[in-house]
Order: sequence, then structure tokens, then C-alpha cells
Amino acid sequence: MVATRSRQEERPARPGRARRTLTRRQRENRAGLAYLSPTLIVVLVVVVLPVLWTVMLAFQRIRLINLRRAGVFGEYTLANIKLVFTSPGFWSSLWTTLAYTIGATVSSIVLGLIAALALRGRFPGRTLVRASVLLPYIAPVVAVTFVWEILLSPQFGLVDDWGTRLLGWDRPIAFLSQREYPVSIFGWQVDLPMALLTVIAFEAWRYFPFAFLFLLARLQAVPAELEEAARVDGAAPTQIFRHILLPQLGAVLALLSVLRFIMTFNKFDDVYLLTGGGAGTEVVTVRVYQFLTARFDIGAASAQALVLALGLVLLLAVYLRFLAPRVEES
Amino acid sequence: MTRHRVVMDRATVETRVLRVLRWVVIAGLVVATLFPFYYMLLLSVRPIEEVLQNPGRIFAGPAEWTLRTYREVLTPAGRGGQGFPRFLLNSALVSIAATLLTLLVSLPGAYAVSRLRFVGRRQVHFLFLSVYLFPTILLAIPLFVLFTRLGLRGSLAGLTIVYIAQTVPVSIYMLRNYLTTIPESLEEAAAVDGYSRLQTLRKVVLPLAAPAVMANALYVFMIAWNEFLFALLFLVEDRADWTVSLGLAQLSGGIEVSKTVLMAGSVVLTLPIVVLFFAAERLLTEGLTAGADKG
Repeated sequence: MVATRSRQEERPARPGRARRTLTRRQRENRAGLAYLSPTLIVVLVVVVLPVLWTVMLAFQRIRLINLRRAGVFGEYTLANIKLVFTSPGFWSSLWTTLAYTIGATVSSIVLGLIAALALRGRFPGRTLVRASVLLPYIAPVVAVTFVWEILLSPQFGLVDDWGTRLLGWDRPIAFLSQREYPVSIFGWQVDLPMALLTVIAFEAWRYFPFAFLFLLARLQAVPAELEEAARVDGAAPTQIFRHILLPQLGAVLALLSVLRFIMTFNKFDDVYLLTGGGAGTEVVTVRVYQFLTARFDIGAASAQALVLALGLVLLLAVYLRFLAPRVEES
Repeated sequence: MTRHRVVMDRATVETRVLRVLRWVVIAGLVVATLFPFYYMLLLSVRPIEEVLQNPGRIFAGPAEWTLRTYREVLTPAGRGGQGFPRFLLNSALVSIAATLLTLLVSLPGAYAVSRLRFVGRRQVHFLFLSVYLFPTILLAIPLFVLFTRLGLRGSLAGLTIVYIAQTVPVSIYMLRNYLTTIPESLEEAAAVDGYSRLQTLRKVVLPLAAPAVMANALYVFMIAWNEFLFALLFLVEDRADWTVSLGLAQLSGGIEVSKTVLMAGSVVLTLPIVVLFFAAERLLTEGLTAGADKG
């Protein structure tokens, strides 16, 4: 980057070579585009065109049966959009998606931060511990959801078995299939959204290694002298964290929040595999899938997916508008 | 005086508490991350009747182990088993093809983004962002339509193309971060020696970027091997095309399939990834976060 800029600055000093640099630049331009063209073609065909096509599909009444006749010049209608907004459970699934996304994003980052702080210093076996902490993230989603399902099963699950035998629960908890679980906290009766909380816990477990990796890399780049100086001055570890480490982590934390938010918002397989969208965990992506496979309603599925994507864009715009300046400060 | 001592003590007390707490956290993390995998392995070798009677046991001696579950999973469908060898082959084919092709596409792309000045270089990021901004389920619908029409829907080739698109942006990002650390003077020297740009890329840049390329290959392989949604949408109709993830998910819906068999399938699905990962853990963790430490 620096080198290219300095070459640019040299140019006016040698006007005689202007023609040659120009052609060289053109060549570079052409090579750049040529090298990038395979990427552009793949992204165009598999991402950009499908997105545009979804917009078209969302405004046509298309089902799997009349799919072959559908084209650009079909009949356009707002019926799908209307269907999506008026169908039962639309708003509640939007709220579920939001709660799920925020819960999973925050908990996975907090857990990742704790892990990064704990595994920062050297200790015997650190490499092995660090590698094993990454396992939830690299393991296939189908396999880990099955283990969780079995562990949490009310009939033959380890958690409920231990809970009833060792912790004195009066009956097994159906973690993944119970919508509400009544608990009394200091005499207050509260209904916990059990299945949703379990799904969020699963996301935290599966994705904290992602946050951990980024935060650990950033933590290790913090100059040791800074902390050393604070320690000599008698600062407590929590003070060091608050005033020295946290400001350094600000940018990475902001980046992680956005990344995890986008990824969780668009997530499908985890919820689908764990609960199938039942017991109050129906996020919008699962709804899209159900429109597509249970009703074969491609138009409605597209409309629903489009609403999801627009919702995300809107949320991101709000986030960037109100939080971006704060990021720059830190 | 006393007040002074209290302030002094805060640092000492916290340091002591945190020293203990740190080990508690480390132990907790290790248990939380490893236990589900241990339990998966344990269940896969315990007889199902025993599991149903004693779900809380977390240890079983070798005398109780049974490999019946693995036999059922690994026997071909034609001979009454679940036919996982076929799924393993499909997964391997798709993942290896996706890995090689992604690298073939993203290496020149990353080189262009990191070294060459061209029109629209700054705008490229928006294109990449779009890949992750839209939910895969949104892309899945038109791709489902498109691939149905092209006759690619039930084919592993169609799936491979989707995986390439899903991984190329991250791949370019990772490689670009690494390529910028390679001194440009090396390439200039190669140019003086009469190498063309493509030759330079192949003979100078590629060997130097080998660690990043390896990390990248692992990352793409992992994504392709673990992927579920597109496999479900595109391949579900024909059992012969199933990947391991899909085969396992379909297995759970089947009647008469015990949970221990399901766990054996999970082990078969997870093992290749875990082995690969531990073989190259360093490469992957460093490759994934390259550039993150620059803030």
C-alpha cells in the first residue's frame, strides 16, 4: 500500500515517462480485473442474481407446481407480501428472531471474552486447552445439535437425570420442547421461555470460540509495558481490565457484535435442528423454510426472506448510525 | 493509614481471587467444550438398553463396549445398514472439490485486491459484504429454482458451486491479509528476472503464502463438510447423493434408529474434521485471525 502510493507520487517528476506509466497502469487495471473476474462471476451467479431474483419471486404468485412457467414477465402482485404480514405468528417470529439474535450475540461475546482473558497467560497445556475450546465451533452442526438434544432429553438425558437425582428437581425439564417454564424468584412468578433460552445457550456455546479467537489475538497485541506500568502503580486487575484492556478491545468488540449479529440473524440450521422451530423458537429463517417445503409456496417464502433481509439492513443502519462514532472514539 | 491499606489490598485480594478463579474458568471451559464430545463417543459404544436404564452414567468400562452401532452405520444400504460410506465419499468429493476450486478462484482474487490497482477495487468489499448480509435461506430459494431448471439440483456439482460462493469472500480476505505482509520487492525482482505476473504469482507468491493457503484450505473444507441447509434442499430426494450431515439428519427422522446409532453417526461425521483440525490447529487459528490484531 505504502509502496504503491510512493510510486504514484514519483510520477509527476518524470514527465517523459508519462505514456509508459499510463499503459503500465492500464495493464495493471486489466490484470486486476482479470484476476478478480472468477470471483466476481461466482458471486454474481450465486449471490447477486439470486437476490434480485428473490425480489421478483416475492411479487409473483409462484408455487412449486407452476415453477417452470414462471419468468421475468409473470404477473406481479403484492399478495405475497400481504400474506406474510397477515399470516399468524409473523410478528411473534420477528420478536423471537430479535431476542434470539441479541441473546446469542451478547452471550457468545461475553463468554468469548472471559475465555480469552483466562487463556491469555501461559500455563502448561495451554495449546491443548486452546484447541479444545475451539471444538464447538469447528464441529459439524448436525452432530453437536444431536448431542445436545440427547443430553437435554427429558426421557433419557443426562442433565435431567442428574437434575432430578442430585439437585432435587421434582420433575424433568423439557429444555427443548417447553415454551414456558414457571419459576418463582423471591416470590415472583416468572415464566421463562425455556426452549428459546436453551437455543440461545446452544448458540453461546457454539460461537463463543469465534469471539474468543478474535479477542485473544487482539489481547496478545496489547503492549505488555502498559499493563506492567499499571501494576507497578498498584492498579487492581479489574481496574487494569476496565482502563487498559477494554479500550484496546473496543474496535474488535464492535466488529464482533456486528458480525455475530448478522450471522445469528440469518441463522437457520441450529434452530431447525434443535427444535424444528417449535416451542416458541420459530425464527424467521425457519418460517421461510416452512413456506418453501411444507406449502411449496415459493412466492411467500421469497417475500418472507426479503422481509428478513430488509429488517437486517434496517437494524444495521440504525446500529451504524448510533454506534459507529463511539467506535472511532475508542 | 488504615484507608491506605485497604486501597493497597484491593490489588492483592483481586490478584489472589482471580488466580483461583482463572483455574476454575479454565476447568469449566474445558469441561463445557469437551464433555459433549466425550458423551457422544461414550454413547456410541454403550448398548442402548443400558443407556435407557442408566442415562446419568458418564463412564463405561471396555467390557461393556459394543461396536454394533458402528457396524450398522457403516454397512452399505444394500446390505441393510445405513450406508454411511457412500455419504462419506460424497462429502469428501464435495469438500475437496470446493476447497480446490475456492483456492483457484480466491488466490488470484486476493492477489489482485492486495497488489493491483484497478477500477472498482475499493467497491469490491461491498460485493463481499452482500454474500453475508443476505440469509442463505434467501439465496437458497432462487438457487433452488435455478438449479431445478438447469438440472443441477440433485447433483454434487451444484452444491460445490454454492460452497465456493459461500467461502470465496472470507478466503480472499484471509489471503489478502497475508499477502500484504509479503514484501513487494520480491515480486519486483521476479519481474526483473523476466517472470510474467502469473509466473510470479505461481512461483514466488504462492510458496511464500503457503501457510495462509493451507489455513484457508482447512477453513473451506470445514465449511463444506459441515454444511447442512443447501445439502438438505438440493440433495434430499436421492439417497445416493446425500452428504454425511444430511444422511445423519435424515437418520434421526427414521423409525427404529436408536440414539446410540445416531451418536455413532455423529462420531463418524465429526471425526475427520477434528483430526484435520488438531493436525493443523496452529495454522487455522493464526490464519483466521490474521489482521485482527492490527485493530
